[in-house]
Amino acid sequence: MATINELEQAIKPVVVRRRHIPLSLLGWRIAGYLTLIVAVLIIGLPVYWTVMASFKETREIYSLPVTWWPAKPTFNNFSAAWEAAPFGRYYLNSFITTFFGAGIEVILALFSAYALAYLRFPRKDLVFLLLLAALMVPTEITIVPNYLTIARLGWINTYQGIIIPGAAIAYGTFLLRQAFMAVPHEILEAARVDGAGHLRILFSVVAPITQPAIVTMALLSIVSKWNEFLWPLIVTNTTDMRTLPIGVFWLRNSEGLANWGVVMAGSLFLIVPVLITFLFAQRAIVEGMTAGAVKG
Amino acid sequence: MATYTPRQERHPNTLRREHREWLLFALFIGPNLFLFAVFTYWPLLYNIYLSMVRWDFLRPTMTFVGLQNYIDAFSDWRFWNIIWQTATFTICSVGLTLILGLLLALLLNQPLRYRNTARAIVFSPVVMSGAVVAVVWSYIFDPRYGLIDQLLGFIGLDSPNWLADPFWAMPAVIIVYVWKNLGYAVVIYLAGLQNIPRELYDAARVDGAGAWERFWNVTLPGLSPVAFFLSVTSVLTCFQAFDIIRVLTNGGPADATTTLIFHLYELGFVSYDAGKAGVVAIVLFLIMLFLTIVQIRYIERQVTYG
Repeated sequence: MATINELEQAIKPVVVRRRHIPLSLLGWRIAGYLTLIVAVLIIGLPVYWTVMASFKETREIYSLPVTWWPAKPTFNNFSAAWEAAPFGRYYLNSFITTFFGAGIEVILALFSAYALAYLRFPRKDLVFLLLLAALMVPTEITIVPNYLTIARLGWINTYQGIIIPGAAIAYGTFLLRQAFMAVPHEILEAARVDGAGHLRILFSVVAPITQPAIVTMALLSIVSKWNEFLWPLIVTNTTDMRTLPIGVFWLRNSEGLANWGVVMAGSLFLIVPVLITFLFAQRAIVEGMTAGAVKG
Repeated sequence: MATYTPRQERHPNTLRREHREWLLFALFIGPNLFLFAVFTYWPLLYNIYLSMVRWDFLRPTMTFVGLQNYIDAFSDWRFWNIIWQTATFTICSVGLTLILGLLLALLLNQPLRYRNTARAIVFSPVVMSGAVVAVVWSYIFDPRYGLIDQLLGFIGLDSPNWLADPFWAMPAVIIVYVWKNLGYAVVIYLAGLQNIPRELYDAARVDGAGAWERFWNVTLPGLSPVAFFLSVTSVLTCFQAFDIIRVLTNGGPADATTTLIFHLYELGFVSYDAGKAGVVAIVLFLIMLFLTIVQIRYIERQVTYG
């Protein structure tokens, strides 16, 4: 403690100020930690509660007083949930719609961002504006007309019906364009001199250099497709086409109140993969989500 | 007098190369724009048309009624009630998110141990599915076996029947919404705090400003652009909040948690009234467009004069 104080004094000898007495500093520190614990508890407790309930026996869930730790931990809820609803199928549907939904978004964003960043076109600013304006139309208000379009195409209750209406991408295009613009000109020039075409430049020069931005953008797409609820809810009408969020919702409707353990286990089927992804890619996800705010 | 410079003759090869580049541009960006045209811009225009017809999705013809749907909507007390509830939900959620988010960000900006773990926990609900978060909370709100009843029991209170009580349903929705989205506000505030120049704090210290004065005169003004951005974005996301309401309360009990976006879903896919759904879509769009324009104006002013 003393050494740090001395150091500070040495660096800023001009600054004369009253020093806090260490005791009150300690008080502040303790208060800080206490508040931190309370905040983390408030955010974390619901998840803890969910995990605990999914390991409790049904009898224990419906007995008072409530327990904070399962008396006899059991996996029964997980197997019961898996049997109560076709979760294997839900996983498959969610994987397919997430993989292709996010995949199409990434490819569209790569090509659009490349065009906006490097290719010449008359009135490019208008094209840019057209993409930007799409950000201002929330997908929620398009549901009725889009439902009619998808019905006319005969795509109700199909994978393409779930995927295609949400496949266009504006935010990701701007994220990648920003990254592409930062690629040094000399590198592009060198590739051009070597006779590389635009496709080669995009995939073997620009994409490797901007890989972090592309990964960030892909992760945002994946998380949002995995969690998507309103559109798949509307456009699917049989159990075997439901994605996980819709499946868990219907599981709650059929098993909730009477069988919370099973419903919580089913919820974990969906939450755990996202949380694991988040654990490993926390920085990329947070950076991608805040990109618009700090620079905007 | 301006000097006349003859237009440079372009080499035919350059011209062809330029045209090839135009074509490539169109090919690269075309699919994205096409999808936006079909699934974003066309629906917007089609909503305007739908809002002026009477149609139940089944009959082969739509009846054109002009502005009658708008007149019907705005002369219906239920519609005003829904607008009022959307406003209540939005103002409470945004207010709580902004204030709690600021407090949490200030705390997480301190050099405390396990700070990064705490940040990760606080942010984690943001990446979870809103629908499943609502499923989990419907158990937490269970008036007999739920977590909240348990916690209220510690201080000798009885849990209300949150989701079945017209008074408590809206607070329940707001609690879940704030719980899920708080982490986003926190990381945005944290980024804003990082952007406040250190020198400002040092200067304030030299001037003899205490911790409270530094917060009031340096931190808060420094955060105001971020707070503005957050408030507009949060309002916009509140208008789009569907999953939590659909799962937690289904708009009820007795309409108590029906907001504009939920009303739109209900009209379109429960009561099959295409015309009224169109009206709600247009009203919702205009409100959100207005807010976005306000935000863009503000950011432009910041860039120009800031």
